Amino acid sequence: MTRSRTAFAAILAKDLRSELRTLQSLPAMALFAVTTFVIFRFGLDRTSLSGSLASGVLWATLLFAAVLGINRLFVSEREEGGFDAIRLAPIDRSVLFAAKVAALLVYLGTLQLITVPIFAIFFLDGAGGLGPLVVVLLLTDLGLAATGTLISSMAVNSRARDLLVPLVLLPLSVPLMIAATGATEPLLALGGPSYHRFGSWLTVLGLYDLIFGLVGYAVFDFLLED
Amino acid sequence: MYGKGLKTLSIATVVMVALSLSLVFFYAPLDGDQGFIQKIFYLHVPLAIVALVGFVAGGVFAILHLRTNDRKWDAYSYVSIHLSVIFGVAVLITGAIWAKASWGHWWVWNEPTLVSFLIVFLLYATYYPFRYAIEDRDRQARYASVFAVTAGAFVPLNFMAVRMAQSLVHPRTFATAEGGMPGEMMLTFLCSLVAMGLLWTTLVKFELTAKSASGQVKRLRRALDAPAGGGSSRIAPEVS
Repeated sequence: MTRSRTAFAAILAKDLRSELRTLQSLPAMALFAVTTFVIFRFGLDRTSLSGSLASGVLWATLLFAAVLGINRLFVSEREEGGFDAIRLAPIDRSVLFAAKVAALLVYLGTLQLITVPIFAIFFLDGAGGLGPLVVVLLLTDLGLAATGTLISSMAVNSRARDLLVPLVLLPLSVPLMIAATGATEPLLALGGPSYHRFGSWLTVLGLYDLIFGLVGYAVFDFLLED
Repeated sequence: MYGKGLKTLSIATVVMVALSLSLVFFYAPLDGDQGFIQKIFYLHVPLAIVALVGFVAGGVFAILHLRTNDRKWDAYSYVSIHLSVIFGVAVLITGAIWAKASWGHWWVWNEPTLVSFLIVFLLYATYYPFRYAIEDRDRQARYASVFAVTAGAFVPLNFMAVRMAQSLVHPRTFATAEGGMPGEMMLTFLCSLVAMGLLWTTLVKFELTAKSASGQVKRLRRALDAPAGGGSSRIAPEVS
């Protein structure tokens, strides 16, 4: 078990260090999100958003920005021989899955740390709902990370890599988005945050995270076979 | 090898389908609210049930393929999903027809079962571009199985989430159809369900047999043309 933990930490550190040095995903994701906010401002012809509109704009943007990051998640592994290294190393191969999920979680968290305050400044009238929103963001990030890592690892070996990830990921993330927007909508309501069915939505998010985390962990071994 | 029993199965299917159609048009009573249009229920709901069971079966075959590495399970999984997607198109179309006749709209967002089914259908429709984008045959089969397993886990979660998104409780026509059904309707429904299940199984068997036969023909052709051994140019799953 110690070996798995060491391997996990090593792979995670490698990913984060590499991202910090090259900065290839995060700035693109953040800029994409902020520009999309501007497009929504003009597309919807609104200068302030609340309730379901705010929830929808925020989550649609975060989802598509996440897809940008997910597209790039395994590219370095494929091009630099990371997959072979994992196959050769005496570790449980699902550790790669866990490490990549953690890395993607960090990227998504950082993305939201940057873009959600900007969203609040652009569109929201009060920041009351942002506190509980953090819980929703965390749980949804976990689900997106699990499913995104799984799809990304399969798509990276195919011809139409950049097309495949959004194609397959979007239907899979529908329950996640339903729950996330369902929980966010009353938080961003005009009169101040309310918690209508907050617990139920969080349960759905938790269930999704659990199921897809387990499924991903279980099948990842088969994906790395040669 | 696959063709064994296909004739018996086909005959049984034709008989059941004919029986169900007769029951639908001559035996089942007219529904009080909806009248004649309600009869599309006997087509729509069995299609949906069989399609969903087919998706789950595709997932089960995929698990078997991953565990045993026997290519035939991959073929079963592929064909199950293939036919369930086609049945899924039929579900959505008959659902739209029924919605138009009952509620006046071709599509309604507040019917959670229909919406959940749409999402599941959209997911499984991505199976093909996903599968054919992977060039290596072994990897293609393995990844497709992983996809089928993941999608199988997704289905119940999806139905739950969509159902929860319904904030209003509105009269559910489908529920009344299942709940207080008189005996004649239930019998007709069950016959239709069995007929649809038989139809699906026959089509699966038929497709597997056809693929197997064409696979054998291609292998023979390759052996004749290039005795030194040639690479495989097909991208669809091979059935031996």
